Amino acid sequence: MHILWATIIKDMKILLRDRVGLFMMFFMPILFVVVITSVQNSTFELVNNNKISLVIYNNDNDSLSLKLINEISKIGLFKLQISDSAVTENKISSHILSKDALVALVIPKGFTKLIKNKAEEIATRSLSDPDSLNEKSTPLKEKADSLKMYYNPVMQASFRHSVDGALNSAVQVLQGEAIVKKLYEAVNQKEIPQDLEKQILFGQFPISEIPLSSSGNRTVPNASQHNVPAWTIFAMFFIVISLGGVMVREKNSGSFIRLKTLPASYMNALFSKQFVYLLVTFLQATVVFLIGNKLFPYIGLPALNLPADIWGLLTVTIVCGYCAVSYAICVGVFANTPEQSNGFGAISILILAALGGLLVPSFAMPANLQKFLSISPLHWALEAYYGLFLVGGKLRDIWMNILSLLGITALIQLFTLYGLKKKNLI
Amino acid sequence: MNSHAIVIKDLEFQYPGREGVFFKNFNLQISAGERFGLFGPNGAGKTTLMNLMTGILKYSGGSIKLLEHEINHHPKYVNSIFGFVPQDFSFYPELSPRENLAFYGAWYGLTRRQIKNRTEELLEILGLTSVGNRDLITFSGGMKRRVNLAIGVMHEPKVLFLDEPTVGVDVQSRHAIINYLKKQNETGTTLIYSSHQLEEAAELCNKIALIDDGKIIAHDSLDVLLSEHGHEGMEGLFLELTGKSFRD
Repeated sequence: MHILWATIIKDMKILLRDRVGLFMMFFMPILFVVVITSVQNSTFELVNNNKISLVIYNNDNDSLSLKLINEISKIGLFKLQISDSAVTENKISSHILSKDALVALVIPKGFTKLIKNKAEEIATRSLSDPDSLNEKSTPLKEKADSLKMYYNPVMQASFRHSVDGALNSAVQVLQGEAIVKKLYEAVNQKEIPQDLEKQILFGQFPISEIPLSSSGNRTVPNASQHNVPAWTIFAMFFIVISLGGVMVREKNSGSFIRLKTLPASYMNALFSKQFVYLLVTFLQATVVFLIGNKLFPYIGLPALNLPADIWGLLTVTIVCGYCAVSYAICVGVFANTPEQSNGFGAISILILAALGGLLVPSFAMPANLQKFLSISPLHWALEAYYGLFLVGGKLRDIWMNILSLLGITALIQLFTLYGLKKKNLI
Repeated sequence: MNSHAIVIKDLEFQYPGREGVFFKNFNLQISAGERFGLFGPNGAGKTTLMNLMTGILKYSGGSIKLLEHEINHHPKYVNSIFGFVPQDFSFYPELSPRENLAFYGAWYGLTRRQIKNRTEELLEILGLTSVGNRDLITFSGGMKRRVNLAIGVMHEPKVLFLDEPTVGVDVQSRHAIINYLKKQNETGTTLIYSSHQLEEAAELCNKIALIDDGKIIAHDSLDVLLSEHGHEGMEGLFLELTGKSFRD
């Protein structure tokens, strides 16, 4: 025990005297998590809170085009700008490319008339011969003057589809309303009462969006809940840069060889490194989580809500840190130079992060890459953290993830022992 | 005291992945209490032999006994009775001499009190007391050599292996190191020393072995070897036995 303690003291002192190394180990992950969460938060807010700027060029200026604009404004997805002036492609282009608006909608002249005619036609055909509805209806004559949506090419396809769907639903409401009105008038020979019109058009079955959680908490997850745990794992595994380098330096300086000639097991040196750097990863995670929880609201980011199961959080953090430290030691044992250790260590962590679903969500990964998810320890750590932070689960809900992480850690340690033997270091 | 500090019998060793056997049927005996010098040109096998005797390398055949204990069979005990001062600075430069000695002392199995007493004793003998708390990274080459030596003798070993212990140091440091080694030897410590510094070797060693190409080409006391070969100094003897061609 005296040997292990003396080794831990030695490793602690060496670590604490490396000010630059400490800075890299603590400040850089904090900066990294803040920057990534800020960037992701703006995307999150764009989808959830911010409105997409939409400029509408109304060439119709009649009842139904004004109503369409009203319907679009009710959707809540858009920040509207209305332009009555004559429109040209150049003007739209300059508007969009200068990012005054991401989307432009051009309502053609005669839009109201077109909708009314279409409703009249459908109502007449419905009442005279219902079978005729099955026949192919004649396309709108004014196809060239249909609604046109222009968009900035920076808009991702998923955004575009959301905008397209929202605009289509507004047009459908308009068309539906016109058809219902015409049908009612034809049948009852009087105007449709407003409450009935509303009931027919807007009495659809409501859909409520409810985030699922094991704890029964219905709080909608924010960007911090998604990003802070993910990038904390990434930061913990980046300990490979400092610890891998320390291992290589010790090997190359001859300290390793001298230890081999001493009457104590080299395992003391390994356990000490594991203990000291596990403490580092634990402190990294604690600092980052506390900053997310306490400091984020002061810098305009959503607060990180800590899971209810703090023991679960401690367990995942310790197991994840232990795996990260074991990986760093393994890289340090096999690398011959600090450059090899740093280069391989950094790139391999990036690859494991990508495979683990940290860079792109695992469900969005190609099927052939999803097969490799389980080899990445970062994947199991992420699943365990998400089980606590997003799903509100407890330790018993994530034990499979923890076991998988421990299994990978055991394999890494076996590989490390093989490397130590092969390189005649033990 | 045992009559032999080291007995090497029919030693066989080959570096993994390299062609040719480095040592084959190699035999050597070093008496306890000797100041034994191991010499030879670059690549002759001095460091390899030193690494085999200290258990850093594993041999494939034969045996090496240190104070009658086969080193492969009793590694923990054997490691506790010898000390090793490698050519490289094998310590932690971020720490002070006191901190390094505290760490290595624990690894030698010394108690905290033993570590404290021995540390102060060695720092005093080697002239390092005033800088005992300074980080080694700020030390001169000579000071680092003295700390390297202090670590190797921390546990008062019965056999001390020294691989070029004075390379690159000033006269004062060399003088302090050689004096200390002689005093250690007077207390019964067997010294097994390897160096290219022949004058120093002549001053320190009472028995030498010249090895070349993994074989012993001369083994006796320095006086006997010089008179047998008709040389006045070691350099002439060395060149006669190992030749003048480069061995890089």
